[in-house]
Amino acid sequence: MQDMDLWFGELHTDNVKLSIRVEQQLFHGESEFQRIDVFDSPEFGRFLTSDGSVIFSEKDEFTYDEMIVHVPMAVHPNVRRVLVLGGGDGGVARELSQYDEIEVIDVVEPDKLFVDVCCKYFPDNACGLRDSRVRIFYEDGLKFLRTKSDDYDLIINDCTDPLGHAAGLFTKEFYGSCYKALHEDGIMVYQHGSPFYDEDEETCRAMHKRAYRSFPISRVYQAHIPTCPAGYWLFGFASKKYHPLKDFDAARWDARHIKTWYYSTHLHRGAFMLPRYVEELLEEEES
Amino acid sequence: MDKERQKQAPIYTALERFRRQRVVPFDVPGHKRGRGNPELVQLLGERCVSIDVNSMKPLDNLCHPVSVIKEAEELAADAFGAANAFLMVGGTTSSVQGMVLSVCKPGDKIILPRNVHKSAINALVLCGATPVYIDPKVDKRLGIPLGMEVEDVRAAMEANPDAVAVFINNPTYYGICSDLKTLVKLAHEHNMLALVDEAHGTHLYFGPGLPCPAMKAGADMAAVSMHKSGGSLTQSSLLLLGPAMDAGYVSSVINLTQTTSASYLLMASLDISRRNLALRGAESFSRVVDMAEYARREINDIGGYYAYGSELINGGSIYDFDVTKLAVYTRGIGLTGIEVYDLLRDEYDIQVEFGDLSNMLAYISIGDRIQDIERLVGALADIKRLYSKPETNIFTSEYITPIVAATPQRAFYAEKECLPIEDTAGRICSEFVMCYPPGIPILAPGEVITKDIIDYIQFAMEKGCSMQGPASSDISHLYVLKE
Repeated sequence: MQDMDLWFGELHTDNVKLSIRVEQQLFHGESEFQRIDVFDSPEFGRFLTSDGSVIFSEKDEFTYDEMIVHVPMAVHPNVRRVLVLGGGDGGVARELSQYDEIEVIDVVEPDKLFVDVCCKYFPDNACGLRDSRVRIFYEDGLKFLRTKSDDYDLIINDCTDPLGHAAGLFTKEFYGSCYKALHEDGIMVYQHGSPFYDEDEETCRAMHKRAYRSFPISRVYQAHIPTCPAGYWLFGFASKKYHPLKDFDAARWDARHIKTWYYSTHLHRGAFMLPRYVEELLEEEES
Repeated sequence: MDKERQKQAPIYTALERFRRQRVVPFDVPGHKRGRGNPELVQLLGERCVSIDVNSMKPLDNLCHPVSVIKEAEELAADAFGAANAFLMVGGTTSSVQGMVLSVCKPGDKIILPRNVHKSAINALVLCGATPVYIDPKVDKRLGIPLGMEVEDVRAAMEANPDAVAVFINNPTYYGICSDLKTLVKLAHEHNMLALVDEAHGTHLYFGPGLPCPAMKAGADMAAVSMHKSGGSLTQSSLLLLGPAMDAGYVSSVINLTQTTSASYLLMASLDISRRNLALRGAESFSRVVDMAEYARREINDIGGYYAYGSELINGGSIYDFDVTKLAVYTRGIGLTGIEVYDLLRDEYDIQVEFGDLSNMLAYISIGDRIQDIERLVGALADIKRLYSKPETNIFTSEYITPIVAATPQRAFYAEKECLPIEDTAGRICSEFVMCYPPGIPILAPGEVITKDIIDYIQFAMEKGCSMQGPASSDISHLYVLKE
């Protein structure tokens, strides 16, 4: 039997395209927020797209779930209450559920369809949502945050697309609302986009500028994620008190013996060492 | 309204047919479907430039419509409940001009609210009519002008029985509505025509539960900014006529100043938008109402701000309120509307319609999404957190009854001289002196400057009012008519 020549394509810029050979399409549906599709592929396994952009694949999702959870968890000494914005796939909640001291994991996801699709097609991720500490709110993230004040130790913004339906989670009012919702030693981490292509660079700059002006400590770290534009992805670490390296406690984290595939305490330090061009563009936004 | 017939869009259909015919153009416009101007094509797109064409037989002519434009105008009239409708391509300014020029001859009197839009005063400059002003009441706390009260209009009509028309601004920018039905009835009882500037009221014709629109109130003419709440392209507008108007005469008035090369982009956008409003307007505007009411509740929950709504209704100067307008009083957090407007744009990438000394207005329309409303509310909450100051009250200027000594036309064309303001008592002003708040003129061209007015301008400025209009920005000098 011969393979069909069936490919999923995503433009990373007007002139660069990521193509993934597809075995079959498992789901297509539209909510009031987005178009969602699920495919099976030989290289990346099962993957989910929103409005034609890959959100995660089985093959590489562990990278950002680990990087967005373990980095702040290895810094903050006492996380009890966590807010996850987006994250309806459950991957972030799954990583968080490995920390016994966490008491509450609030997941705010406006799109119920997204959660339903993930539960059905990505049960390994969605198991994170079944932890008894998880509460799911089907609400707009900005609206949810408006009423919160001095409420969380850690906020994770798991939304990836600053131009799509979650655009509100990349704005100054968002960073301001997060600052307000955090305890006085709270940390916020967020998807910082990819700095490589010209058209993404501006968004990346704007994000750093806003976080830098909203939080006393604002650093950026990186990871290699093949399905992201240029395979290269940044995360933001914005904090009221703890510095991601100076307050990093490797021994404490290693003692937990959490099984990971990407994150390690060696990599933690390295992830904050950025290429010069990235360092420079971030520094330009700090002046 | 004939819903089945409203499914048609004759100008749009004619343009589509024309595009498929691939006619070789040896007429204007010279870009020839964009081929002669590739950068323009890159900016606007092929589809757009390919229908930027001249009037021709299959596409009719706006100056004397006989086929598809005529049909589109009939459909618009039907959709808005008017006897006749004209597609307008010079903005609602051209519709307002069409109304005033159609009813006023040189020397005629017309009754207007003092806060009338500049386009109406400019129309008086063109036709030589004399204005009779009504005091729009003012909300002292919010610092905004309100509607016209029936008793004020009745008094003006009785004092000026020779006036030919009353001009009504409805709704105002802030959403304030007058008692349109009674005002129209009053006008007709005094043998006057009722003209309505509905620049901010297209949606009233379609939204369920919204204030009464002009044609339904029996008005004789209405200027409707389709490009505001109606969704058509900027600069496109409609002029609606009631049954008493002579459409042929109005058409000849419009053609005095209207271009002979009307844009098909504008006309097609009016045609499509009219169809959309007729077929889906009720549904769309009930969503707009829901979004605006939701935003109002959420903004009022933040505290400090006051997003006002139908609770303002008082049976007189606020006879009704257009709830799609989202105006927010910002003084409660110690900031002016202008400051909030600037913060929203510079810090939060949110552009609102305007800010004045006490309010800002966010324009909610059929193009909005609830997640954008959340951004606006979130930004207002963040602005309060980061920038609020103690509440300050402001002084709102009093109404000053003008003495009209010369028509706006005479004041416009007369020889003028510039004098220090203290030497202008007794002279006729040739400039506007607008006072904010509430955005009502203290002086307009052709009006007598009195000692009281000079004192009042200085007093209001000391109290923090902003004066705009005169060439001398510190209002130390005024231009007056030479004696």
